[in-house]
Amino acid sequence: MDLKFTPDETEFRAEVRAFIAENVPKDAQETLRAGRHVSKDQLVRWTRILNEKGWSVPHWPVEFGGTGWDPIRQYIFLDEMQRAPAPQMLPFGHSMVGPVIYTFGSEKQKDRFLPRIANLDDWWCQGFSEPGAGSDLAGLSTRAVREGDQYVVNGQKTWTTLGQYADWIFCLVRTDPAAPKKQMGISFLLIDMTTPGITVRPIRTIEGGHEVNEVFFDDVRVPADNLVGEENRGWDYAKFLLGNERTGIAGVGATKERIRRLKEIAKAEPAGTGVVWDDPRFREKVAAVEIELKALEMTQLRVVSAEARRGHGKPDPASSILKIKGTELQQATTELLMEAIGPFALPYEAEEIEGRNEPPVGPDYAAPIAPNYFNMRKVSIYGGSNEIQKNIIAKAILGL
Amino acid sequence: MDFDLSEEQSLVKDSVTRLLRAEYGFEAREKHRAEAVGFSEKIWQSFAELGLLAILFDEEDGGLGAGPVQTMIVMEAFGRALVVEPYLASVVMAGAALRHAATAEQRAAIVPGLVEGSSRLAFAFAERGTRYDLARIAMTARPDAGGYRLDGEKTLVLHGDTATGFVVAARTAGAPGEAAGLGLFHLPADAEGLTRRGFETQDGMRAAELSFANVFVSQDAVLGDPQGAWPAIARIEAETIAALCAEAVGSMERMVELTVAYIKERKQFGVPIAAFQVLQHRASEMYMALEQARSMAIFAAMNAGEEDEAARRAAISAAKVQIGRSGRFIGQNAVQLHGGVGVTMEYEIAHHFKRQAMIDLAFGDADHHLKLVADAGGMDERD
Ligand SMILES: Cc1cc2nc3c(=O)[nH]c(=O)nc-3n(C[C@H](O)[C@H](O)[C@H](O)COP(=O)(O)OP(=O)(O)OC[C@H]3O[C@@H](n4cnc5c(N)ncnc54)[C@H](O)[C@@H]3O)c2cc1C
Repeated sequence: MDLKFTPDETEFRAEVRAFIAENVPKDAQETLRAGRHVSKDQLVRWTRILNEKGWSVPHWPVEFGGTGWDPIRQYIFLDEMQRAPAPQMLPFGHSMVGPVIYTFGSEKQKDRFLPRIANLDDWWCQGFSEPGAGSDLAGLSTRAVREGDQYVVNGQKTWTTLGQYADWIFCLVRTDPAAPKKQMGISFLLIDMTTPGITVRPIRTIEGGHEVNEVFFDDVRVPADNLVGEENRGWDYAKFLLGNERTGIAGVGATKERIRRLKEIAKAEPAGTGVVWDDPRFREKVAAVEIELKALEMTQLRVVSAEARRGHGKPDPASSILKIKGTELQQATTELLMEAIGPFALPYEAEEIEGRNEPPVGPDYAAPIAPNYFNMRKVSIYGGSNEIQKNIIAKAILGL
Repeated sequence: MDFDLSEEQSLVKDSVTRLLRAEYGFEAREKHRAEAVGFSEKIWQSFAELGLLAILFDEEDGGLGAGPVQTMIVMEAFGRALVVEPYLASVVMAGAALRHAATAEQRAAIVPGLVEGSSRLAFAFAERGTRYDLARIAMTARPDAGGYRLDGEKTLVLHGDTATGFVVAARTAGAPGEAAGLGLFHLPADAEGLTRRGFETQDGMRAAELSFANVFVSQDAVLGDPQGAWPAIARIEAETIAALCAEAVGSMERMVELTVAYIKERKQFGVPIAAFQVLQHRASEMYMALEQARSMAIFAAMNAGEEDEAARRAAISAAKVQIGRSGRFIGQNAVQLHGGVGVTMEYEIAHHFKRQAMIDLAFGDADHHLKLVADAGGMDERD
């Protein structure tokens, strides 16, 4: 056991840090520092800068544009991105459908889609969940019927994140309703969002923003070439995809960045004759979160280096720990921010979500805080809810 | 001690419940809050007709003299329905100011309009540095030509955007943080030199920032002792917190009800998700948190009028701690058990969640009040 990063790794970290500092769009960084969401344009610009450098899809195989970094270097890179802070890559192409395509897709699909994902020329969204299929994803009922060299798709997806910007959606669809197990009749289809018969309806989330959508399919004709892998094997590809999703979800770097902002605000926000940070109880609560976060960071490094030994693409059930603890800490830090600004959490700025035009009520750092606290309730629900993750730990690790 | 409602109290409860059932379902509520003033004037008139605007005032002043238990009943019902009308601001807060500080003549002039619903007051106390200490007020009131001149800024004034008048806390002497030297002033919203900027709140209501530039109020606008309003302010705070506790309990009760119904109905893996024992236990914990909160809301109502200030403060703070904790636990788990639909504006549950969060941060969050109770040596000694 050697508990230090090697000199090479440390040097690598410095190189990444310097590159990000020099190249990240300053406006995007400001947006993130203020606790706000980056725009589509900011994300596209940053992705292209990284792609220029060859770093937009570091975890992909080298032949498709990856870097060949080992999991530790990938971890360092991600950590530096979150701490900078720099916009995170849009996961739907980058970490979800991209790896599915290079692992299971046809040569044609690889040539056509992968370079456009790496450069964010195509905006992808994820069409898995349905009103009746959430935690029980295999219960999905969107139908795809083969007619000649096309599939005809009918049904509905929901919770489709950022689907309003999407050029493409990857969907799980039912191709064999008579299969003996419901997991067996599912296929993985790539669908152009401009195809006739697709309707996108916004869902307003709890804080008032537009981040998720319903997507309706009404006799949507999809070329059979857009089937990934084999018909009725979609569940295997989906499991592979969801396994990849969990590793990035802990958000240790992002939580560190939020704690930095929390301290800054607590040191500025008046309370009594001083500031919020003067209160030892408040500082203890922050310290307790930081300690848990340190433990999580170490756990994450252990999971990552075990993965480095085992080989990529085989998710460790221990990654459920990362998901649960990571999301709990994300939520805890948004709560502490609420406590720090106290009554000034109250004003709602519609402009906060749609672009601002009036001076804020109270301190200028207050406006995003309550919306973030509300919005972050989602993290223990999506990506496999925390209850489902505990079921995984109980079954897959403890054998219960 | 008797926890059953008297006949009169049951009557109030039934009539409020009937009104809200008919006019205040979730969709209707969303319509009320979309109106220009941010609530329904029609509902406000119905409150007046039912006597809800009168319950807290003494009979001599044209009220019903009903007291804290009835306030609790009304606020609990409002919490269930997420009522957005300015009841807390006008009836509970400004009403308490009038009851505890105003003279009989002043009440005779102001209360009738409030009771019949033609005027609405807002209570302006908070400033940038006030946070949870109501004595931390910097705004000044200078004696001038038979009255006072008000100068300064108020913020987070609940329903201040549409109030017809204000009760304002300002300093005639002393420094921010000192209880002595504070006065309460009543003035119309169109007073010269007073400007306001309204805004929406996170929980779907309205509030305002007020700016006072050399605003003149005459001597008869001073409610009580211009340097000695602190005891009245402390009472306003206690009664407001007690009312908020009741409102929070109503909302928690509704969340538990909605969540239990949802998990029985929502199917995944071929069964209602209520079949998973972990969710049964979570729902049980939510229910326990609700009952603990309910008990403390009753405790707060019992003690809101307590004459001994230290005893009153301990009781009110203790209740606020319990309400804050129960509200957070129930709110977070209600959302969690609803899955994705819990985090959308389209379902009622998210709106309760947001209201709970804002109630916790109003007049001191759970940690703030925990510190007050601890610093006073805990709860036991006073029994
Ligand atoms: C903001 C947001 C963005 C999303 N983005 C996308 C997206 O882009 N694409 C996409 O396809 N999906 C997306 N989702 C959907 C997400 O994956 C689902 O919400 C999630 O799978 C949970 O499903 P559900 O919402 O139907 O909740 P349900 O499955 O109905 O769960 C309700 C509650 O029951 C619990 N529960 C369910 N089963 C069990 C069990 N066996 N044991 C114990 N407890 C259980 C859950 O933990 C939860 O608390 C998003 C969701 C949100 C909230």
